[in-house]
Amino acid sequence: MRPYIREKTAFGFDDVPVNTSFEAGYLVTVNSGWRSIRPVVESTKCVGCEQCYLYCPDGVISIKDGKAQIDYDFCKGCGICAKICRIGAIGMEAER
Amino acid sequence: MANKTAESISREEFFYGHKACAGCGGSLAVRAALKVLGKNAVSVLPAGCMSAVGFNFPQLCFSNNSIISTFAGTASMLTGVEAGLRAKGFKDFTAVGFAGDGGTADIGIQALSGAIDRNDNIIYICYDNEAYMNTGIQKSGLTPFGAKTTTTPAGRNIHGNIRPKKNMFEIAAAHDIPYAATASVGYLPDFIAKVKKASQIQGTKYIHVIAPCPTGWGVAPDETVEIAKEVVDSGLWYLAEYENGRFTLNHKPKEFTSVEAYLKKQGRFRHLDDDDIRVITESRDKKWEHINSSFEYSGK
Ligand SMILES: Cc1ncc(C[n+]2csc(CCOP(=O)(O)OP(=O)(O)O)c2C)c(N)n1
Ligand code: SF4
Ligand code: SF4
Ligand code: SF4
Ligand SMILES: [Mg+2]
Repeated sequence: MRPYIREKTAFGFDDVPVNTSFEAGYLVTVNSGWRSIRPVVESTKCVGCEQCYLYCPDGVISIKDGKAQIDYDFCKGCGICAKICRIGAIGMEAER
Repeated sequence: MANKTAESISREEFFYGHKACAGCGGSLAVRAALKVLGKNAVSVLPAGCMSAVGFNFPQLCFSNNSIISTFAGTASMLTGVEAGLRAKGFKDFTAVGFAGDGGTADIGIQALSGAIDRNDNIIYICYDNEAYMNTGIQKSGLTPFGAKTTTTPAGRNIHGNIRPKKNMFEIAAAHDIPYAATASVGYLPDFIAKVKKASQIQGTKYIHVIAPCPTGWGVAPDETVEIAKEVVDSGLWYLAEYENGRFTLNHKPKEFTSVEAYLKKQGRFRHLDDDDIRVITESRDKKWEHINSSFEYSGK
């Protein structure tokens, strides 16, 4: 359950806020380009224990139909999920 | 498969799309705490990594109300946020601060002390990565003995930081604060339970959570959680609470794991020699003598 990414529109002078406050949860860029390795969930192994969901620093794992699912737009490939998974259901693979 | 801790917090993410390094322990602490407090948390972040990675206009990664304070002013801004919302008639909110170790133990300590003295109804969370990370790893009052930083380099004669870590938990407790606790992102269910408990207590709450920084500690990004566990297992950090004038230890390692193994895994400690490691081990043992004699034990 993440905030959505805004469509890229030309950002004009008029859109710049006049004071220092702005809308919360306003995302315009993804972090996927940071990754050199990516976590891949082996669904047949995953038991949906949610440990990886708890410990992901970026909050990009959710559980869908009892299985871990990763939002690759924002996963940075840190590998914490793969280490935390006791049954080894997450493997780290090289990004192409 | 039910996960009790996961069930106890919001499914929503409130700190998303941030630009923290891969595997950042501080971002895990902020994320977890906000999932406990929910959308009505109003968070205050001073200068430091978590504000730097969370507010890159127009990418604003907090989806709850959040504001950057001055470096020294986390606690005073929390005071203002709480008083202002209360004056406006709001009831269902939590004013929560997330400040680094430098922002807490050095520059922000006066504002924090003042807020505790007034017993303002706020939660102050110090995410401790043991140096000024956002400006490139300088020593803070919470940098441990022996750690190499850019201002405490490791040379032939002086082996990194020559001073021990301040005990912010006991400094907060010494104010007779309603609630103070220590935690580690390596023991996330314990941290989450403490944030939940703090949110139900009236007055000032202080939580000190160890949050490793792979960049500054010289560990791989996937080691953050393990190293945060190991610092507790080796006895160099401890999980405790202060409430109603009493200290409670929440977790007692049956046998400490190796201090040397913990240190040598990290680039910042790799230069330490046997004498340095002995000094660190002895100070750990002295600390535990104190803990064992004056803390009650809550655990199994
Ligand atoms: C008054 C003031 N002095 C110095 C700075 C520069 N500064 C910004 S972030 C930072 C380091 C913060 O360290 P810490 O509080 O430990 O948080 P971390 O970056 O480690 O998360 C410093 C020195 C500042 N912004 N304001
Ligand atoms: S930790 Fe492993 S088993 Fe548990 S939900 Fe994640 S991938 Fe599945
Ligand atoms: S690699 Fe890191 S960021 Fe990506 S899903 Fe795993 S824990 Fe989260
Ligand atoms: S430098 Fe350290 S504390 Fe700062 S964002 Fe990177 S990992 Fe987190
Ligand atoms: Mg710091």
